[in-house]
Amino acid sequence: MSGFWAVFKRELKGYFTTPVAYVFLVIFLFFSGYLPFRDGFFEMRQADLRLFFNALPLLFVFMVPSAAMRLWAEERKTGSIELLLTLPITVCQAVLGKFFAAWCFLAIALLLTFPLPMTVVYLGQPDIGQIVTGYIGALLLAGGFLAIGMFFSALTKNQVISFILSVVACAIFVFAGNPTTLDYLALTISPAMVNVVESLSLQTHFESISRGVVEFKDMAYFIIVISAWVSACIVVLEERKAN
Amino acid sequence: MIEVQQLRRSFGPIIAVDGISFSAAKGEVVGFLGPNGAGKSTAMKMLACFLRPDDGTASICGRDILSDPIGVRQALGYLAENAPAYNEMTVAGFLHFVCDARRIVRSDRRKALDRVVSLCAIESVYHQTIDTLSKGYRRRVGLAQALIHDPPVLILDEPTDGLDPNQKHEVRRLISAMAKDKCIIISTHILEEVEQVCNRAIIVARGRILADSTPKELTEKYQCSLTEVFRKITTTKKSA
Repeated sequence: MSGFWAVFKRELKGYFTTPVAYVFLVIFLFFSGYLPFRDGFFEMRQADLRLFFNALPLLFVFMVPSAAMRLWAEERKTGSIELLLTLPITVCQAVLGKFFAAWCFLAIALLLTFPLPMTVVYLGQPDIGQIVTGYIGALLLAGGFLAIGMFFSALTKNQVISFILSVVACAIFVFAGNPTTLDYLALTISPAMVNVVESLSLQTHFESISRGVVEFKDMAYFIIVISAWVSACIVVLEERKAN
Repeated sequence: MIEVQQLRRSFGPIIAVDGISFSAAKGEVVGFLGPNGAGKSTAMKMLACFLRPDDGTASICGRDILSDPIGVRQALGYLAENAPAYNEMTVAGFLHFVCDARRIVRSDRRKALDRVVSLCAIESVYHQTIDTLSKGYRRRVGLAQALIHDPPVLILDEPTDGLDPNQKHEVRRLISAMAKDKCIIISTHILEEVEQVCNRAIIVARGRILADSTPKELTEKYQCSLTEVFRKITTTKKSA
């Protein structure tokens, strides 16, 4: 476990010793405030965070890969991966250490959106349970995107390539659950397949949790998605760490 | 302390290391010599468990690189080529991270840090970010990282590359001072360095060991300087 904690601590500190964290937080917090307001946060006259949670998947598609792209690509580029993986740390510990550090960083970013729930609590009587489950869903969604982003970061030395591939992969996972996409797919493939596509989408499961319904199948879905991409990342690194 | 058996590794069609075997004991400073692309770094990376060999194996302090890579890394201090480090960290932060990873805690950590900081003469840059350091200091920080747990085996890939003559002298002095209690492998292009610090020279080219002897024996056998010996061995065998 010492390997995991060493990597976790270094990585989390690493976000804040470089401008990465501050640039990320400013942009993320600006858009997480701007998007709900643009869609009529006050005009709706409803004390809930539906508009905020609706905006999150699209925001995460761009923001999470930008936090994940450096995780391994930078290690490869600077050669520090050779240092890291010749310390008594297993690849698994290093991957998990980095993943949880980045997830923790995203959790901090989410926590900093606290003025929004405070605003709705001040203005009305929102369903606190729904807000809490919304945040849990948002954290799981961020974890899913992060696992995807980290996988692509492990594939390449180039952070830009890692970012673009992750954005595309995350977008596919979001838009697969979009009604427009599903309607279009219904024209070409069987309804059973449409259901499969819908159930594979991160958006579908996130919406279900953010509506206040925490179901086992949604939680299991996120856990499986995160574990699968993190495991794939471990396999890729074991195979290609020195290439 | 180090046993290498038929280590082999290729990258696609290129055979980087072609079945090398040797052993080294405590007190030996082995100079790993060879032209660029001879397979020195690849062999060292395999010993440090960073690369998996295609075939063959090696053991360090009785621990096998394939079955107990973590055990090997615990017993080993490794300085990679170009001394990679985390550029955004301070030297202090970086060494603390290495202590975390190596489970060096509390008073042991204090002692270990005091020892390597003065040994590698990095007191003046201790609170500086690694990004701002000169090449020489970076390498010394890399060396400090490799020595922090006082390992019985040291593998140093071009430890004096990029250093000024004074720094080179210091590093060589450091290696010589540690030599009797440890088993050290250094790779280098600088043949005078081999004569000064190594009591054994292994000359490698195209992934194979072409000579394994003491520097003195080599110069006596070929009746010329080590540079000439190196040229003779690596060029004749290549063209043959």
